[in-house]
Formats: sequence, structure tokens, C-alpha cells
Amino acid sequence: MSAASQELMLSIRGVETFYGKIQALRGVDVDVHAGEIVTLIGANGAGKSTLMMTICGSPQARSGKILYRGDDITHLPTHDIMSRSIAQSPEGRRIFSRMTVMENLQMGAILEDPSTFNADLEKVFHLFPRLKERRSQRGGTLSGGEQQMLAIGRALMSRPKLLLLDEPSLGLAPLIVKQIFSAIGELNRTEGLTVFLVEQNAFHALRLAHRGYVMVNGSITMSGTGMELLSREEVRSAYLEGGAH
Amino acid sequence: MATTNQPTSSNRPEGAELESEARRAAMQGVPPFNAEPAKRSRLAQSFREAAITAAIVAGLTLFFFAFRTNIATGGLDLAFRPDLWLIWIAIAFVARFLLSYFVFATESPITGFFKRTKSERSSLPIGKILGIVLLLVALTLPFLLDVFLPRQNRYLLDLAILILTYVMLGWGLNIVVGLAGLLDLGYVAFYAVGAYSFALLSINFDLGFWVCLPMAGLFAALWGIMLGFPVLRLRGDYLAIVTLAFGEIIRVVLLNWYDFTGGPNGLLGIPKPTLFGLEFSRGENGFAEYFGLEYNPIQRFIFLYYIILALALLTNFVTMRMRKLPVGRAWEALREDEIACRALGINTVNVKLTAFATGAMFGGFAGSFFATRQGFISPESFTFIESAIILAIVVLGGLGSQLGVVIASVVMIGGIELLRNLTVLDAVFGAGFDPTQYRMLIFGLAMVAIMVWKPRGLISTRVPSVYYKKKKAIGADLVSQGEGH
Ligand SMILES: Nc1ncnc2c1ncn2[C@@H]1O[C@H](COP(=O)(O)OP(=O)(O)OP(=O)(O)O)[C@@H](O)[C@H]1O
Ligand SMILES: [Mg+2]
Repeated sequence: MSAASQELMLSIRGVETFYGKIQALRGVDVDVHAGEIVTLIGANGAGKSTLMMTICGSPQARSGKILYRGDDITHLPTHDIMSRSIAQSPEGRRIFSRMTVMENLQMGAILEDPSTFNADLEKVFHLFPRLKERRSQRGGTLSGGEQQMLAIGRALMSRPKLLLLDEPSLGLAPLIVKQIFSAIGELNRTEGLTVFLVEQNAFHALRLAHRGYVMVNGSITMSGTGMELLSREEVRSAYLEGGAH
Repeated sequence: MATTNQPTSSNRPEGAELESEARRAAMQGVPPFNAEPAKRSRLAQSFREAAITAAIVAGLTLFFFAFRTNIATGGLDLAFRPDLWLIWIAIAFVARFLLSYFVFATESPITGFFKRTKSERSSLPIGKILGIVLLLVALTLPFLLDVFLPRQNRYLLDLAILILTYVMLGWGLNIVVGLAGLLDLGYVAFYAVGAYSFALLSINFDLGFWVCLPMAGLFAALWGIMLGFPVLRLRGDYLAIVTLAFGEIIRVVLLNWYDFTGGPNGLLGIPKPTLFGLEFSRGENGFAEYFGLEYNPIQRFIFLYYIILALALLTNFVTMRMRKLPVGRAWEALREDEIACRALGINTVNVKLTAFATGAMFGGFAGSFFATRQGFISPESFTFIESAIILAIVVLGGLGSQLGVVIASVVMIGGIELLRNLTVLDAVFGAGFDPTQYRMLIFGLAMVAIMVWKPRGLISTRVPSVYYKKKKAIGADLVSQGEGH
């Protein structure tokens, strides 16, 4: 698992984020190298989604720095950040429920050169054949798992270099979780896609990821390779009790 | 590790797909009915339906067929003439009975046809045909009226112009409310801006209609952007309140800025549109003289009719095209989920602004048309009730449906107008009854009835703007409705 090159793709330094007076992130440091899958695990309310959204500039960090391929993106507006080949599949999927699967996928490619649309579409359909079957169905009528596939597929339509995924396994059957994770692994292996993955499903996430971080109460408390973290007693007791299926 | 996993498609359990397909197929058939007892009740049911129909016909046609007014010495004489009336009742009874018994399988009442969810029906042939028919009628209307109703020609043409103005306003507002999902209660403000821009430009700078039309649209769009900026952070109820206030502010300013807008007296002497410099007037250099026709004031109405028809069709065309462009798609996405839009890198500020500006621009066009048609404008014409009527047209027609807006405009504007003339109701409610006084009451009841009967608007199915190989209609169950979801 040393396939990752050393180029630093995303570097988060001392980031603090507030919701009004409530401090959600207390000085977070995270590094993601090009070609890596990095996962962030932590309890409910630890601040994982907040970190994800802070990377996207909504909300913006009050202090600290976020560098993407060497550029400071901390205070850029969201649409600027997202047009730098970063794609996100936000928590709760947030697909456009009254638009069809095709229209959703088109939305993902909305900032892209239309000439690559068909190729990208084929790629997504290859990755998730189920979406191809359901292409003219309304997003809101898809099953939960299909919606998750659509959310990831939509993010991939923008040809990202860095993919941010917030809890792709939320509410899904173990079999679908496996499918989604193997799709992420495949993208990483075949295309060198860099993935930053927030997960509750620590066992699967740490097995898939090259490296992992553990977040508690808005700060990073542990980091290491996926295997290292999996073998740590604190991690096992806090996040894997009965969860290793 | 992840590498040991199989590619996604083979991870599905064997046969799961087949099973779900079979289940879906099984659910599409007609539920099995108990054939034997149905046969008997079908006859009785048909009789009952026929009787009800006959009763309705009897009630409806009582005054048209059963009575006749003859001119007699000293006034009118009322003659009772039951034969024609009874013939009609009999025809209705027999026809309904035959229809009920042979055509409508009465186990499923005819209304079931309309309530059926049409998700799996391919495309919308009825809607398409209706659209084409309506378009043809609209294109030939002045001639149809001339041939079939020459006496009421002018009045009906005027009504058609009014209806088309509302169709256009409805289509313009549909961009903001139906597509972008931004509830705008002050749309009439842009209508007013368009009307006053044209009036002031033409009076102060002596410019004609065709020069002012694009300028009026531009001004209105500018106001749309100006309104858009401060309210971009707002959504839903809050946005509605701010736009409502905006509409009132514009009206109050128009009312009080006496030197500029003429205040409550309004502006007079707004020029009429010309056809390449030809005026629609009697005498030299008029349209009639130039083409060697006999002068007839109706010519100007026909010309106005075609202008508003062209403007309305332009609105429709632009909207349809916009829906297929990224910006139109972004409007719809914005209506669905703003956070997801931002996550996809869409600049939601710009998208909202374009929606506001485009909608406002068409409102402005309609406004300058209104000014030129009336020749006189005052703040009276731009009260909140106008915004409410336009919004009601959009909602009753079915949010986002272009055809629905047309039908709703005809029903609402035509209906209000019709109620002015229903002296027939005198016979029901007594001679002192003045239907115009109850106009708004009846109108309101009709709106309530439509919303109860069809909570998703008159046209409750949609055709997606993007599809893969085959176009499929979208069932009514997926269209937003008046239950707040
Ligand atoms: N919009 C908001 N306004 C105020 N507080 C918020 C907001 N969003 C999140 N928080 C708070 O910030 C903290 C971190 O929330 P966050 O959503 O980042 O948690 P999380 O780690 O993603 O949890 P989960 O695993 O349950 O998704 C929580 O205490 C939450 O209540
Ligand atoms: Mg979260």
C-alpha cells in the first residue's frame, strides 16, 4: 500500500471552524497525498462533516490554512473551490430528487467541457450498471443504495482529481456497502483518483484506506496507516465493537 | 484488501434482479375482479349514471330550451316550451346509458382515468396535441372571430389580448417560481417597471414602441437583479415576504413621485405601436391606406393581438430552450437542493440572479405592451392583486407546466370576464342579483375547488427536458403539490 506518490494534494493546517459561537473544529491537521485514499473516522458530532464542508468553503475556516495543490483555498467562495477539480458527495446524498438520473448526472458535469460528457457517462455507467438501468427514473424514487451510487456518480462526472465522500455507506445494506467501497477502490487503482473519505463504518473504511485519521471532539487524536489504526486497541474498542462484519 | 473484491456488477445476488422485475411486472396488471356480481350491478349502475346525467342536463338547459321570450305588446312574454327540453334530456339519458354500459367499464369509474398515475405512459400525446391545437387556434383567432362571431369580434379580441398578456406574465413568473423555485409575490413590480419605462421613454424622448420594448425589458431585468442581490440569502417564506414588500415599494414610489411619474394621475398619451412606421389610423400614411384596404378600427386590435401572441410565444420558446441549457438545468437543481448545487461548483448567486432577471425581463416586455395597449397607465393597475392573480395562474396551472399556464389563464381571466355577463343567473337568484358583485367570491371558490380536486395543478405531469433514448412522462405523484413537501 505504498502506491501513493509523495505529492501533497490537500494540506489542512490548524483549521478552526465555528457555527456562531460553537466551535466545531479545534485546530485540525490533515494531509492527503496524490493517489491516496485517506479516511476520517470518529463518533457522531465529532466534526467530520464540518471538516468536509470547511474544505469546500461552506462554512469557511475562522483560522488555519487549507492548501490544495499548493494554492491557498481557505477563503475562496465555494463555487471557486469546487471548480478546481475537487468533487464532493455531501452527507445525506442530496441528489436532485425531482430530476431524472440522467439530469442529475448532467448537473455533475455542468462546469465541464461537454465533449467529454459521453465518455464520462459511460465510465459512471460501467462503475454502477444499476444507474444505467434507472437512467430515466426520478432521483427521489431510487432506493437508498442507488441514490448513493448516483451521488458518487454525479461527483465523478466533473472529472475530479480529489473526491470527497461523506459517509457513502450511510443506511445501506452490507452488500451495497461492499459494492460502493469496491467501486471507490477500483477508481483509485485504475485512475489514481485521490479520495478523502469520512466514514462511520470504520472497519471497511480502514481496510480500504491507505491512511486514516481519528477525530474526537473537533481534534485529530490519532493517525496512521489503515492497518495500524485497525490494530490499535483504542480504535477497536471505540469504533469497532460489534462492527466488524 | 479492496483488491480482493469483485467488480461491482457481479456483486448482486443471483436472480435478485429477475425477482424484482417479476414483482414489478406483476403489479402493473389490473387487479382481478369478481366478474359475476359485477354484471348485474353494471346495468343498475349505468341506469343510475344516466339518470344523474339527465337530471344535470335538465337543470342546465332549463332556461335555454324550456322557456322562450317572445316580444309581445307591452314587453316580453315568457312561453313554456317543454318539447325541445325533453328531447335533449332524452338524448342525454340514452347517450350516457350507452356510454356507461358499453364504453366505460363501470367497475372503474371514468374519473379513474384521469386520476391514474401516468409514470409509465410514454410521452404525453394528449398534451402535445392540445398544445398544437391551441397554437393553431391562437394563430388564426382574429379570422375565426371575424367569420363566426362578427358582432362580438372586437370585445372577444380584446379579451384574447388580455388573456395572452396573462399567459405571458404567467410564463415569465414560471421561470422564477416554477423552475428556480423562488417564490415571488411581487412580480407585478417588473410589469410596472416595464410599463413606466416605456411610457416615460416615449413621452420624454419621443421614442416608439419597438425601440422602447427591448429597453423596457432591460430596465425590468436590471430591477430584477437589484432585487435579487439583497434577497439572495433568503428562501421560501422570507423571500416571499421581501418580494411582496418590493412590489409595494415600487407601487408606492410610482404613486408619490409626482413630478416624474404623474403620481395617481398616471401617464397619458402613450403612443400606439406601428408596423414599420405605418400607423393604424384613418387617413394618410395609415396602414389601411398603404395597403389599399378599407379603414377599420379592428385592424389595430388584430395587430396588437399578434404582437402579444408573438411576445408570449417568444417567452415560451426562450423558456423551453433555457431549460435545456446548463443555466436552466441549474435553475431546476437550485429548486431541488441548494447545498448540492454548491457542492457541484455552481455559483448559486449568479443562478438565482439570472432566474430573477430573465423572469423580470419578460414581465417588463409584458408591461410595455400593456402600456401601449391602454395608452394610459397609473399605479392603480399594479396592485398586489395582480401579482396574486399571476401567481395563482402559475400554481393552478401546475408549477413548471407551460401548457398549464395557458389553460389556467383562459379559465381564470376568461372566467372572471364571463362572470360579468352572466345575467342568466338573475333567473336563479332573482332579478336584483348582480353577478359582478359575487365575481371574486365565485372566483375564489373555483380556485379552492381546483386545489382540492387537483392539488398539483391542472397539468400535473411533466416531461423531462433530458432523456436517454426514450422520453417518459413524469407521474403526477412526483410533482410538487399543495401539501408543503
Ligand atoms: N449548521 C450548524 N449549526 C450549528 N451547529 C452545527 C451545525 N452543523 C453541525 N453543527 C455542530 O457541529 C458539531 C460537528 O458536527 P458534524 O456534522 O461535523 O459531525 P459529524 O462528525 O459529521 O457527525 P456524524 O457522524 O453524526 O455525521 C456537532 O456538535 C453539530 O451539532
Ligand atoms: Mg457527518
